[in-house]
Amino acid sequence: MGTSRTTRIALTIYGIIIIAFLYLPLVSVAFASVSKARYLTFPIKRYSTGWFSEALASTEVRMLALTSLKIAVIVTILSMIIGFFGALAFARYQWRYRSLFQKLVLLPIFFPQTVLGLALLMWFNSLGIIPSWKTAIVAHLVWIAPIATLIVAIRAYSFDPALEEAARDMGASTPVILREITLPLLMPGIVAAGLFSFLLSWGNFPLSLFTTGADSTLPEWLYAKMVSGYSPLVPTLGILSVIGSFLLVIAALAGLAIYRALRPQK
Amino acid sequence: MKRLDGKLGTLASLPMLVVLALAFIAPLGLVAIFSILPEKVFSIVNMPNFSAFKTMVNQGYYKSLLWSLFMAFAASTILFIICWPLAYGMAKVFKRFALIITIAVVMSLFVSENIRLFGWVLTLMKGGLIEGYLRHWTGVGFESPLYNVGIIIFGIVYVYLPFMLFPLAQGISMVPEDARQAARDLGATRWQVLTQIDLPLAAPGIMVGYLLTFVLAAGAMAEAKILGGRAVIAIADDIQTAFTYGQNWPLGSALSMVLIVLIGTLAIYGIAKIDLDKIMGRD
Repeated sequence: MGTSRTTRIALTIYGIIIIAFLYLPLVSVAFASVSKARYLTFPIKRYSTGWFSEALASTEVRMLALTSLKIAVIVTILSMIIGFFGALAFARYQWRYRSLFQKLVLLPIFFPQTVLGLALLMWFNSLGIIPSWKTAIVAHLVWIAPIATLIVAIRAYSFDPALEEAARDMGASTPVILREITLPLLMPGIVAAGLFSFLLSWGNFPLSLFTTGADSTLPEWLYAKMVSGYSPLVPTLGILSVIGSFLLVIAALAGLAIYRALRPQK
Repeated sequence: MKRLDGKLGTLASLPMLVVLALAFIAPLGLVAIFSILPEKVFSIVNMPNFSAFKTMVNQGYYKSLLWSLFMAFAASTILFIICWPLAYGMAKVFKRFALIITIAVVMSLFVSENIRLFGWVLTLMKGGLIEGYLRHWTGVGFESPLYNVGIIIFGIVYVYLPFMLFPLAQGISMVPEDARQAARDLGATRWQVLTQIDLPLAAPGIMVGYLLTFVLAAGAMAEAKILGGRAVIAIADDIQTAFTYGQNWPLGSALSMVLIVLIGTLAIYGIAKIDLDKIMGRD
């Protein structure tokens, strides 16, 4: 059924409106970040980049960013490893409990993060573990490793088991097959999973809130300032964090484009 | 080959299972135990007496649960209506533009929910982006629409839009074009094609989208706190208060258990109905 031109145009405009709706609040945050006034009102009368230099010079901000970064990097590495093996169990190997495993992996994604964070807080307390940025890694993993698994699994589904079988027939052992065939073929999925893991960990708030103990991540600090006493640094740090995330995505997309362009044609 | 697959599958699932066993299933077991203990105890070595559940009923905690469920249901329904045309466009009409929308929507997910909701406060508050410029240009302002139930539902709609959009688009893409064409040829109106072809055949996607948004929204808290100014208390907020400020782990656990059982039943029911191999393997 050919879609009429009018429908196509109407739907395109609708799509643009939805995207604008998704990004409108970020526009407000961006405007607020360059307002000179300590108490923000629109229209903005005087613009200044002063809050940016203040944010970048502050040791407190550096500590927050460092905590967020430490957590995100470790969560990314662990999620990539768990996601790689998890995806093989999820999509590739035909084993007895595969269907059950698939469903178990999905559960934490559906689970309310606030409740998960609190349950973990109680759990750590009962075990006598004092919450710190290290326990936040565990909390993030429960939610992010399943997502990483799903992303790698999409790649693992499109993968031809005959390749592994051929290698096995020629005498390759399982570790060799994993290293020489499975890993390179799944690599694009693993990299994508790593990117998602990093960004989701970096931006996560509900899990961090209850599991970082005395340490604080950037989203936690922003929230604390939002609900109790406005700080002009809130929009500035918010927008800096957004810019950082987007630069990372753009770098990844550019890297992918370069990789595709340079890859020898099949 | 089959035996080897069995062994490798078990081995490959181990890292994930260890994480889930130690940091998901065990903590939830602890919540289940605490929920039946006497209130305000901090050790599991106590006789259970279910008093927290009584408090929950007597002190009206079910109200926040009902509010959360109502808001989640309203938001999911609004999302279904908003997302349907766009999902249809992504699945059937757009070519390159579908990819652009996908990237734009996924990137918005990477921004902390807090920052985006805070952005709405700046946009909608009196003297915010919209009101401020409107008054500046026309001299007419309006009262801030913040801090009521409507704006909380709006916030939930905003935050969980991707979780309805993508399953819907996936569902609609599974509607065969031949079926729609045949219906049109037999004289069906657009409305008939929608209600008798598109909606029934896209039902798996609709169900996943509804479940996902409902389940996530029912456990949401930030919308009610940041945009709603606590005009109503979300159940997740009550749970947090009981655990932290109230120092009442059994009450927090009991409230959690009610939410977990509700959400868990829905989620397990939904997940069991999805054929993951079919949905994900198509790519």
